[in-house]
Amino acid sequence: MSAKSVGIINTTAPYGLSNGQESLDLALATANFGQEVSLFFIDDGVFQLVKYQQPIPEQGKNYSKTFPALTFYDIDNIYVCEQSLNARRLVLTDLCIEVIALPYEELSAHMMQLDHLMRF
Amino acid sequence: MAAFSLLVTHAPFEQQYAFSAYRFVRSALNLGHEIKGVFFYQAGVQNANRFQAGHSDEFDLYAAWVELGTQFAIPLNVCVTAANRRGVINKQDAIENSQQGFNLAEPFAEVGLGSLVELMQVSDRVIQF
Repeated sequence: MSAKSVGIINTTAPYGLSNGQESLDLALATANFGQEVSLFFIDDGVFQLVKYQQPIPEQGKNYSKTFPALTFYDIDNIYVCEQSLNARRLVLTDLCIEVIALPYEELSAHMMQLDHLMRF
Repeated sequence: MAAFSLLVTHAPFEQQYAFSAYRFVRSALNLGHEIKGVFFYQAGVQNANRFQAGHSDEFDLYAAWVELGTQFAIPLNVCVTAANRRGVINKQDAIENSQQGFNLAEPFAEVGLGSLVELMQVSDRVIQF
């Protein structure tokens, strides 16, 4: 069976919602099963990638520690929305991993080429 | 005709998503499409909670899912990690965790996330609700 290309879109900030943590679990599982995973961080989703996160246990697990391991799962297509970064006064050096920043028009073009999309 | 799978990430009642997912399955089947399976993730695992006891004059989504699962043999797959975090457990989990009751039973099945990947592979589209 041929591998499918799967886009996982993150649109919410970490800790307030479980979305980021559960979408990361899904990304790792999907890659483990041999599919081509692309990650997208849009709107408040860009906050998930910010460096030096220090939540207390009641706020949730610091799953951002897992992001540097994505490359070992062959997840290297990690896209961030340029406008979303700018609107939140964030720059690439604020983020904990290397990503590809693109304007949202180009993100859409990338998404259009994928077999399946899931949004969290 | 197309092969669809559904990813349900919202609980019933609060929001319309799960009800819309059910209606999508019904409509797709009526039009002759194939539904490979429904995967329940995040708060969507609450759809599998058989302890739901709504009012009799309201639509019983749990009963509707059960009917779909048994009548059309559509797999109703529930992510075990997401479910157990939210208090949705099957008989085996109940025994292992010394709990008296269990609320996840057939036709719903506890599975891993790999089961969603399997659905992706055999489906033209995965629709998220």
